[in-house]
Amino acid sequence: MASVAVSAVEAPVVAEHRGFRQRWYRTPSFVAGASILGAIVVVAILAPVVTWHDPVEQNLVNLLQGPSWSHPLGTDDLGRDIWTRLVYGARTDLRIAVLAVLFPFVLGTTAGLIAGYFGGRTDTVANWLVSVVVAFPFYVLIIALVFALGPGTRNIFIAITIVGWVSYARIVRGEVLVAKRQEYVLAAHAGGLSSARIIGRHLLPNVITQAVVFAMSDIVLVILAIVTLGYLGLGVQPPTPDWGRMIADGQTYLTTHWWLSTIPGIAIVVTALGLSLLADGIADLLRPE
Amino acid sequence: MTAPLLDARDLRVEFTLARGVLRAVDGASFRVAPGEALGIVGESGSGKTMALRALVRLLPRAARLVGGTVLFDGKELTALDEDGIREIRGRSIAMVFQEPMTALNPVMKVGDQIAEGPLVRLGLGRRAARLRALELMRLVGIPDPARRADAYSFELSGGLRQRVMIAIALSGNPKLLLCDEPTTALDVTIQDQILALLSSLREQLHVSVVFVSHDLAVIAQTCQHVAVMYAGQVVEYGPVDTVFREPRHPYTLSLLRSVPNVDVVRETLLTIPGSPPDLAAPPSGCRFHPRCTFAQPDCKSGEFPLRPLGESRATACIHDEACAHDVRRDPVIANG
Repeated sequence: MASVAVSAVEAPVVAEHRGFRQRWYRTPSFVAGASILGAIVVVAILAPVVTWHDPVEQNLVNLLQGPSWSHPLGTDDLGRDIWTRLVYGARTDLRIAVLAVLFPFVLGTTAGLIAGYFGGRTDTVANWLVSVVVAFPFYVLIIALVFALGPGTRNIFIAITIVGWVSYARIVRGEVLVAKRQEYVLAAHAGGLSSARIIGRHLLPNVITQAVVFAMSDIVLVILAIVTLGYLGLGVQPPTPDWGRMIADGQTYLTTHWWLSTIPGIAIVVTALGLSLLADGIADLLRPE
Repeated sequence: MTAPLLDARDLRVEFTLARGVLRAVDGASFRVAPGEALGIVGESGSGKTMALRALVRLLPRAARLVGGTVLFDGKELTALDEDGIREIRGRSIAMVFQEPMTALNPVMKVGDQIAEGPLVRLGLGRRAARLRALELMRLVGIPDPARRADAYSFELSGGLRQRVMIAIALSGNPKLLLCDEPTTALDVTIQDQILALLSSLREQLHVSVVFVSHDLAVIAQTCQHVAVMYAGQVVEYGPVDTVFREPRHPYTLSLLRSVPNVDVVRETLLTIPGSPPDLAAPPSGCRFHPRCTFAQPDCKSGEFPLRPLGESRATACIHDEACAHDVRRDPVIANG
């Protein structure tokens, strides 16, 4: 007897789901954030197309010029085209920012999953490490680490990873502590699944949302950190264009040629705004109704 | 009785609490024959769920299995290490949970959840596991399985969700199905369908079932034998029809009398006076004696183990004759 009767009352309830695809365009912060950030990313990717100078080419005859047809945002103190450096700077800073969020995200999520799932001594050790890192102010620790390791992209990644993983570990650990008490985890144990399988296939997809939302706002912090390091001369080394460096270089001419520092400053503000809006929007969309 | 598939003896589960040791299961024993359904019935907190979970050592963190033996299919499960018992779970012994909404992973398609066992535990390929999942969905009566396999649990009705749970439990070809109140979360019509499904699967696949419930009618409808639990102990055991028709333990009798019956007009609903004992400090003697209408002075001290009562029955009550006499005077109307 294969067909045990299923009454009409048991018709499928197809509701609520498909939320993301239906609601994204009705979430203003998501649309605004995605548009702003999308525009910046497109310009950065199309850098060779939308600019017509070399970002590091110096032109000592045309120093500190105002806007013109050839140099829409003018030139800096070495005669380099500011628009070109701004676009290539976006390339540098965004790429570093994405990677500098990815490493702590992966490390912190893994640590949080393991600490939350196994608990006991593992959890104690993880909490102890987190407390050590959290005891220092974010910027102070990053700057100190980069200073100790020496400037450069690789060391920025290392410093930000060492400091950044704790937030993800804390968020994911908390979510795991709640999720592992759910009956579907007990059911997975009853199905004889291994701990690795339960963590990877059952817990991770259920706890990752909060970490993703945090990553979107964390990237703003990371961009600011990278730019700050650049400004302090600890970041991307010249002549590679970077917004922080541009602000620092223009500082000398702030009273006479204010746009040298102001333009990259505005770029940072707009990028941060776009990311924050996007983070808000994603958080809204992922929130269950 | 043929050699039992499962023979659990003297199971003891303890919770270590701040105020002392709580004996949630205190020497419970029961047996299940191949292809048979055993019902475990009792109030909330009687230890029936813990006894069930102790069989495959799926206990909460604060609980420990401190004693007893579980002989299953010729193997002693309590002697196995963690990897050994994990090998049993989901393959030889599978579980169906009370609340399919929370026991299914909310972010995993139900088809993938059914296919997970075949994929991971049976080592089937991706395609073969998917086909197996669809076959299982047909087996448990889910219409249009190809479409439903891609649904998430919250897109399905309660009845379909519980069918998915049963399909997951069956995916490892188990010999024994442990069902923890599988129909309590469902409304009555769906409950009936799920019970009918479980009964038909038991006959069709010759799988044994242990069925935990507080609902006497559900047990009467689906099981051949019943173990009545009170305060962590089995107080009466035997074939369902005889136990429910002629209970030989006052607790069983009180449970049966407190079931509302549409055929008999009574002024008030009969209840059991008092409340279940605190398992951290249980009463001495027979644990039911403070609430028992047949209690005698000799009920207040001593041990009250199950003692055989003829061929297939057992009771823990030493005054079971008084109980039997009372039933003859005022028969219990078995409903369901």
